[in-house]
Amino acid sequence: MPILQPIGRVFLNFLAATGRLSLFTVRATSHCARPPLYPRLVLRQMVEIGYYSLPVVGLTTIFTGMVLALQTNSSFSSVNAESATATIVVFAITRELAPVLAGLMVAGRIGAAMAAEIATMRVTEQIDAMSTLSTNPFKYLIAPRLIAGLTMLPILVLVGDIIGVFGGYLIAVYQLDFNAANYLAQTWRYVETLGVVSGLVKAAVFGFIVSLMGCYHGYHSSGGAQGVGAATTNSVVSASILILGANYLITALFFGVG
Amino acid sequence: MSNAGEMGATDLAKSDRPKICMRGVDVAFGPKKVLQGLDLDVGVGESVVIIGGSGVGKSVALKCVLGLVEPDAGSIEVDGEEVIGLAGRALDRVNAKIGMLFQSAALFDSLQVWENVAFGLIQGKRMEREAARQKAGEKLAQVGLGSDVAELWPSELSGGMRKRVGLARAIATDPEIIFFDEPTTGLDPIMGDVIDKLIVECVRELGATALSITHDMTSARRIADRVAMLHEGRIIWTGPVATIDHSGNEYVEQFIHGSAEGPIQMQVRR
Repeated sequence: MPILQPIGRVFLNFLAATGRLSLFTVRATSHCARPPLYPRLVLRQMVEIGYYSLPVVGLTTIFTGMVLALQTNSSFSSVNAESATATIVVFAITRELAPVLAGLMVAGRIGAAMAAEIATMRVTEQIDAMSTLSTNPFKYLIAPRLIAGLTMLPILVLVGDIIGVFGGYLIAVYQLDFNAANYLAQTWRYVETLGVVSGLVKAAVFGFIVSLMGCYHGYHSSGGAQGVGAATTNSVVSASILILGANYLITALFFGVG
Repeated sequence: MSNAGEMGATDLAKSDRPKICMRGVDVAFGPKKVLQGLDLDVGVGESVVIIGGSGVGKSVALKCVLGLVEPDAGSIEVDGEEVIGLAGRALDRVNAKIGMLFQSAALFDSLQVWENVAFGLIQGKRMEREAARQKAGEKLAQVGLGSDVAELWPSELSGGMRKRVGLARAIATDPEIIFFDEPTTGLDPIMGDVIDKLIVECVRELGATALSITHDMTSARRIADRVAMLHEGRIIWTGPVATIDHSGNEYVEQFIHGSAEGPIQMQVRR
């Protein structure tokens, strides 16, 4: 059956890729927990991921908060429920939009850069050179990026939460004529611990996914410039899909039962 | 007397034992068989050059010794220790004896020149950064580069300078064995001569064992004590460099004369 062959090949390739990724994840994670660690490299990655991504995440969340306030007000006015604007903005930003959008933006900015850098090191034999100099590339290249991704994305999302809610406030107060004190009081009333914590947990998972995909596709790249390009594309696409899938699973874990 | 005799025999056995011993090494990438029963010994303090056409597996042979490529079959010993299957610290311990100059120098783009040279000292040998920096300066001077180069980035170097920095990095840890992967490829003839002379000097000063791969016969004649010809995955001829012009092997003769006519047929589509 010739039609079954390509399906079987795709399925087997999928299983092989899943196995390779699983082994890579276990190996990389184990190096995050075992000394020696490289604090200087971890710090450099934290600055790269956290500090330099702030403008992108800030702009994304402020515009999202502004749009959300406009849309909520516009939609809910038909049922005289405009007063729910602050509640909707704070719920949507802290629970979903800040972590998911920050994750996707960082996947595009940092995941792609990681994949390109490590893939270039692979095709120019820099990773081989590192091994010959008695340095484990997992420990030197990958563990610092995973640790930085895992720790910095929650901080970015926390800042994004504040900026996103502030974006909603700006529109509500200065364009939709909400009372500033009432809007802030309502926002504060609906900032719930579970919502914020779930968003931060998501951010940590997304940060890990972004770094892992960037490192994995970079580390396994081959074929010169074309391979570097493919690693970059695959890193962003796979991280984005995994972020959306993980978002559903974590949401179900926090809010799906009861 | 008998003790002295036994000691003498033991010493002889030690000195007779090759520094690197490869036996029956097979490597295949998918259906493509790259190495097919490679046998090669490299004696202590000897400089062996593997010659052969592009794509015959010269670089793969070196990478097998370094543990970067896992052979499908065979045995590779360094100082009598089997290296196939080694991983982690055991592999690091063996690799600590080896320095390597890569074909493209493989300098780390994100590190300055001195950090590249000192990388093995800081990461592998846990040397303090200042002491490692000083030693990197000494090694750069040994390959004819001034202290001003130490602060540059790899992207600011010419091809010849990159090779020299790569050589300084390869010898920075005073290794017992040094691998040279196409040391003169991409260099002009004068710079090629400079690099070859540096290689000979560095190997002699360190008393190291050298294993090089090249298809540049001029370079091979300068740096080799012994030459081995790799063809279709195995060594088909080996002998002292002085005898290469009278090898009596038609493959070697075709290769050293760079002739298209002979037993080695390049696949050229017309």
